[in-house]
Amino acid sequence: MIKNIKYIISVFAVAVMVSPAFGLSDAYKDNIYNPGELKPVDSVLNVKEGDTAPDFTLPSLSGERISLSDFRGKKNVVISFIPAAWTPVCSDQWPGYNLARSFFDENDAILLGITVDNIPTLYAWTNQMGKLWFPVLSDFWPHGGVADLYGVLRTSGVTERALFVIDKEGIIRYAVVGDINKRPELGALVIELRKLKSK
Amino acid sequence: MRKVLIGFTAILFVIMTPFHSFSQSAPPSEGGVLPKISLPVPQDQAYQQYLGLKGGGTFLIPQIKAKVVIVQIFSMYCPHCQKDAPVANEFFSKLLKDGKLKDNIKLIGIGAGNSDFEIDFFRKQYGIKFPLFSDGDFSIHKILGEVRTPYFIAIKIGKNGTHKVVYSKLGGINDPDEFLKIVKKISGF
Repeated sequence: MIKNIKYIISVFAVAVMVSPAFGLSDAYKDNIYNPGELKPVDSVLNVKEGDTAPDFTLPSLSGERISLSDFRGKKNVVISFIPAAWTPVCSDQWPGYNLARSFFDENDAILLGITVDNIPTLYAWTNQMGKLWFPVLSDFWPHGGVADLYGVLRTSGVTERALFVIDKEGIIRYAVVGDINKRPELGALVIELRKLKSK
Repeated sequence: MRKVLIGFTAILFVIMTPFHSFSQSAPPSEGGVLPKISLPVPQDQAYQQYLGLKGGGTFLIPQIKAKVVIVQIFSMYCPHCQKDAPVANEFFSKLLKDGKLKDNIKLIGIGAGNSDFEIDFFRKQYGIKFPLFSDGDFSIHKILGEVRTPYFIAIKIGKNGTHKVVYSKLGGINDPDEFLKIVKKISGF
């Protein structure tokens, strides 16, 4: 009986929640593929707050290869994993961070944006966002290697919508894997950035 | 039991269909009316005065003291909205400078999917002087047919409190003088 009630509740929840609502800029015209409502989280983190962030090196849009350790002792780092280029929520998230640069600068932080898309795809997609102030890195090959290292690679091969705040000593101070269908609220990230300053 | 559950599921989806139709409604059409959108009365006295509202609680857009209300649907995450923000400011300045339009045409913005924090940041970043409202859960955005952003809607308010949508289009202001001409034309000023 309990199993049946659970079934009824879940059917009701799906009926209520399935909705294509997302904020989509006209900047992308009709070029956005809507994957529909996805399982909110589909991986298990391999790291936690207080751990030393695993180092990695990835190619960036500018042609440089960028390592997390490049910033050790110099800058706090925010890593923004976003699932895929040319999809609804992802296409809005980075333009917001692009506008919100002052919050990163005030807290001596750099943002590293990572997806599992290849460089040509990232080039075409981010060109629609205007000039981004932060490096965009491709975790295309070995596919999702860095995402897997952090435990944010989904079974479908894209990443979670995850944020990591790493201090200048390379320690993870904030790790959150949000619902892939929703854009993380900026205020929550700003609170975490400000905590770094007060330490 | 299995048959009962299948039957229940079917009935539930039939019951939920109107909710889906509601959330997937079309953008407001010109000549029609604006769906009921309830917004909080701003705490800021200057905004209250601008909108002709008092006290707390909520209000409906046609209750704004004006002959025409222009509603900008935007998002701080939208590159075109970011680009259009200084242009919208310029348009607003032109409205305020025109003695005839100042009290008759009012402008507000609604941030689709934007929290109060994000709206406040956007306002400060661009020095926006007209009232902005948050729509953090996209509920207003859904009512308005999930339009792409930026999107502008204008309503003309009649003396008896009725109203009519006179403008409903995707795209930014782009040229404040041109947009002002359009607004004057549709408003009858």
